[in-house]
Amino acid sequence: MPLIGRLIIQTLLKGGVYGLLASGFSLIFGMAHIINLAHTAFFMLAAYGMYYFMRELGWGAAQAIALTLVGVTLLGLLAYRFLLDRVRQHIVAVLLMTIALALAFQEVMLLAFSAHFLSAPTLITGSTHILGVSVPNQQLLTLGIVAVVMVMLWLLLTKTKLGVSIRATAQDAEVASLMGISVPRTLLITMGIATALAAVAGISVAPLWTVYPEMWTPPLVMVMVIVILGGLGSTKGSFIGAFIIALVENLVIFFMPSGSYLATVFALLAMVIVLVVRPAGLFGTIFEEERL
Amino acid sequence: MLRRLLKNFRFSVLPVPGRLIAVIFFAALFIIPLILPIPPYHMLVLTFTCIFAMFAVSWDLLSGYTGQVNFGHALFFGVGAYCSALLHKYLGWQPGVTIPIGAIVATFTGVVTCFPALRLRGPYLSLLTMAFPLMLLGMVIAFKDITGGEYGIMGLPPIAATGTAQYYICLIVMTVAVLIMWKLTDAGSKYVRTGLIFHAIREDEIAARASGINTIRYKLLAFAIGGLFAGIAGALYVHVLGIAGPSTLVMTMSFQAVIWVAFGGIVSIYGPIVGVLILYTLLHFLGIGGQTFIGKNQMLIMSIVVILILLFMPEGVAVWVRNKIERECPRCKLTNAAWRKECRACGANLH
Repeated sequence: MPLIGRLIIQTLLKGGVYGLLASGFSLIFGMAHIINLAHTAFFMLAAYGMYYFMRELGWGAAQAIALTLVGVTLLGLLAYRFLLDRVRQHIVAVLLMTIALALAFQEVMLLAFSAHFLSAPTLITGSTHILGVSVPNQQLLTLGIVAVVMVMLWLLLTKTKLGVSIRATAQDAEVASLMGISVPRTLLITMGIATALAAVAGISVAPLWTVYPEMWTPPLVMVMVIVILGGLGSTKGSFIGAFIIALVENLVIFFMPSGSYLATVFALLAMVIVLVVRPAGLFGTIFEEERL
Repeated sequence: MLRRLLKNFRFSVLPVPGRLIAVIFFAALFIIPLILPIPPYHMLVLTFTCIFAMFAVSWDLLSGYTGQVNFGHALFFGVGAYCSALLHKYLGWQPGVTIPIGAIVATFTGVVTCFPALRLRGPYLSLLTMAFPLMLLGMVIAFKDITGGEYGIMGLPPIAATGTAQYYICLIVMTVAVLIMWKLTDAGSKYVRTGLIFHAIREDEIAARASGINTIRYKLLAFAIGGLFAGIAGALYVHVLGIAGPSTLVMTMSFQAVIWVAFGGIVSIYGPIVGVLILYTLLHFLGIGGQTFIGKNQMLIMSIVVILILLFMPEGVAVWVRNKIERECPRCKLTNAAWRKECRACGANLH
């Protein structure tokens, strides 16, 4: 029973973080058809921001979170406005641009903090007994943040005018533009939301995961797997895919402790099986080829 | 024969600056080591340049021309590498035998990969192919008794006794491979139809099928050719390096091909070569020493250079330069130097 309890908690935790990352990735892909390989680099930057403000400058949690969130989101907006938007017509150039951007961020962090394994201080201390296991409060807080952000994202996308314009632009940018939606502005706002989601994920895992310059690569693979598994452009699919992948990973880690490096392999295998059965992922739509 | 070659050179190479540059470039690759003394380290970098150029061009053929954007090209590289290394380790065969076998196995891998990939398109295909090398990497580490795990298979024999001889073997293989791939993707060729068909599949697969092209067969062919040349590159790579390690399968290796091709210019055979030459060779020549500012911040400088260059030449460096120095005749579609006022064949006004 404690094993199952721990499995559930860990799966929810990892799935939640992956879900935040994947939904942002999926959102910007569905809107602008940008495969943003720098997405998890923003997550890395947010984790470093938390570390720097809280440990090195000794600030309070609220200030650190606010400044990190705003700073990273602003950086994402600037990167979109001045770099990605200009090459958006060339799909491969976008890929290269985002890889270069992610590598540049990684190298800057390497110069600033060198290759040490760091961790940010926990926001709250103590632990609680749930499902027969003792869970650190920090993990519960992270779970709470993830749940709140998920609900907020869902409300934003379904209930507000902005959400409607985002979904309309994703479905058909030309028609959305005819209906009076400013497509470039909506794209910019979506990029901001996507980066903010990555930043929230970074902020919430900074006290739990080790912070190091290359921490963006393992989640990047997982995020791509999840987004494909759930179907590109579908936020619901991203979240469900995230929990499936987190469950597969944790099952491997829990029942084959000696083979925990195989977690990625099994996650990939799950994706391959889903794709072979359903070529557009669980909730995705096959994008019609643009025919002129 | 010789006269025909000379005639061809005079009438279809000399008037087109891009082709002239390509010929001079390959001639320089062959001649420079003969007249200039090159230190062993630089020689090794040049050898790897040839190997990576072949790898990048094979990605361009598969993903650029045919449009099957493959994020896991390291699979073929790694299969070729591990196959020839394992054959040497367990059967004691020499590189002359193991490299062709490694290449054939990589071709076969390309065909097998294609079957699940046939149903998918666009980003789904890219990300599915990304999974294969990572899964193989997991297998390599899981069976560490056979494959050597993280340390890889060490002590592989070099393909030739001296560094210069190795360089020449790799250079010749690369030149032949690039020529074959260039011919196969030449859409204007009268003898080989594949170039035209690859273009058609990328532009509009449904229309290509409607025109009576068996697109599945040609996609399989593209995967097989891509696998073959990437496999040769991988097998050569491990024999030059002496170690077949997991680094041949990691995601960085797959993305490196994408980076080189996108930087040089996609859907052009020379683009990837230019990309490798600038991003790999130049960087290594600048990065020696390790203590200079450039040496320490190699990656940072590379990424900033890539970002800045992409802003101004989003189609890639080589394509940008080509568009500056060449112009297509509007009437007869013949390539002319940009500074000519009239087409060299039909005399039409170029401006």
